[in-house]
Amino acid sequence: MAEKIYWDKDIETMEHDKMVALQSERLVKQVRHVWDNVPYYRRLMEEKGVTPDDIKGVEDLHKLPFISKADLRENYPDGMLAVPKSECVRIQSTSGTTGKRVVAFYTQNDVDMWENCVARAITAAGGTKDDVLQVAYGYGLFTGGAGIHGGSHKVGCLTLPMSSGNTERQIQFMQDLGSTILCCTPSYAAYIGETVKEMGISPDELKLKAGIFGAEPWTEEMRQEIEKSLGLKAYDIYGLTETSGPGVAFECEEQTGMHINEDNFIAEIIDPDTGEVLPEGSKGELVFTSITKEAFPLLRYRTRDICILTRGKCSCGRTLVKMCKPMGRSDDMLIIKGVNVFPSQIETVLLKDFNATPNYQIVVDRVGNVDTFEIKVELSDEMFGDTIKSVSELEKKLSADIVQILGIRAKISLAEPKSIPRSEGKAVRVIDKRKLV
Amino acid sequence: MTIKQISIFVENKPGRLSDVTAVLKNGGINIRAITTADSSDFGILRLIVDDTDKAIECLKTADYLVKVTNVIAVTADDKPGGMASIMKTLYKANISVEYMYSAFLNPSEVTACLILRVDSNENAIEALTDAGYKLLSADELAKF
Repeated sequence: MAEKIYWDKDIETMEHDKMVALQSERLVKQVRHVWDNVPYYRRLMEEKGVTPDDIKGVEDLHKLPFISKADLRENYPDGMLAVPKSECVRIQSTSGTTGKRVVAFYTQNDVDMWENCVARAITAAGGTKDDVLQVAYGYGLFTGGAGIHGGSHKVGCLTLPMSSGNTERQIQFMQDLGSTILCCTPSYAAYIGETVKEMGISPDELKLKAGIFGAEPWTEEMRQEIEKSLGLKAYDIYGLTETSGPGVAFECEEQTGMHINEDNFIAEIIDPDTGEVLPEGSKGELVFTSITKEAFPLLRYRTRDICILTRGKCSCGRTLVKMCKPMGRSDDMLIIKGVNVFPSQIETVLLKDFNATPNYQIVVDRVGNVDTFEIKVELSDEMFGDTIKSVSELEKKLSADIVQILGIRAKISLAEPKSIPRSEGKAVRVIDKRKLV
Repeated sequence: MTIKQISIFVENKPGRLSDVTAVLKNGGINIRAITTADSSDFGILRLIVDDTDKAIECLKTADYLVKVTNVIAVTADDKPGGMASIMKTLYKANISVEYMYSAFLNPSEVTACLILRVDSNENAIEALTDAGYKLLSADELAKF
């Protein structure tokens, strides 16, 4: 049997008690750092009657207040920054409306820590400096491209900074440069797989051996489809901009969950309604506490992702706690074409364009492996002009505003009054026909 | 001398026209002129009826989106050149025609009826009347 390869063997195979001691030491320092430098969170702590002296270790974590996306929005852009800007070397940002974006700041140490986590993921997927790693995640503010790029550099792979799109060129380089690892969203991987087939290329002709895919939910069926069409082993990866980016958790060859880099991120599962911490093995909302980040350290950040944590022996030898694939959300957020979408954002656009919120419905589906996104809007009296031109202009304006606010295009379908089914209770705003979990 | 035209928003789906015309039938409404304007996703049905108020009531009760526009009905000689002279008159008077269609014809008459949506009803009425054309009132069109 080949010797198992880890990026950070000591950490990844650390005995549980030692890990808890390490986490506790880091947590205590981090709480003091946040108390001293983030007035907003200090106020939250004071309101809860907690001071840094009350936190002596991981066992006291539950005493700290939560941070949610609403807190981050309120503090846009730098209200939660814990170091002077002059010490920061980077920002990354989530997709979303202006004002609702989360801006994450990084010191050089933060970038190194993050890229190190990604390096662990690449190594777990069998990656070494002898590999050619193709980064087909978008580059820019999005953490996907930046994170994988940095991690790939750390491992020493030959890194191809393709960004997303231009699929023919992706495949061209894949063949000409002999890519061995592909990193992108699962839906893009599936799309590349289809295109490879259409171009008459057999997966055997490609040198791919592994793929690391994340940033959106994907099923076992999709995994098998991708593995077959590209001739590689597909690994999952997880992360949020709020906790750095991809690399917070990663799959090993056993593929029974993703190992969380808990020397940097303490994970908890809570009841989304009461906030109570639930025992290992329970299903609930995932919460992360960043214990090594310097610039933008969030304590007890509620991810809104629902999942289960399990400890126990993994055949890969890693002792890091595992999270299952996210099973859903505790809020109404959707991920469409890799972009976070909240139905309320649609309402904002409708209100802006029509001074009212006509009845609307979002219909999301998946055709082939691409998400389709349709917004049905019931026309009202005020919106209906007598000419095709006036109605078409309305459609175009709505379409343009949606792209501006969400960053992705939606098909706008104008509907007759009362044609969208009404419901007794809460309006059914979203019909998601995709089967993602 | 303008006439009320009803515009109805209709989605591009099978049966929409059938449903709309059934509503009018049930209301005992007689259509005098009709046309459709279409785009790939939806259409606008434009019509002139004998009892506009009743038609609007029936349509709104059935949840249709309805708009009323003032248009002009002008008669033309039912022979070659009949329409050309009207168009020339409007052009000389600098009047823009947004759209037009014909009304249902009475076969025993030798005149045709054109429904016009123009940019200025006032100017168009003046120009056409001065040139000797006959404009129809709502009642006259109902009986045409």
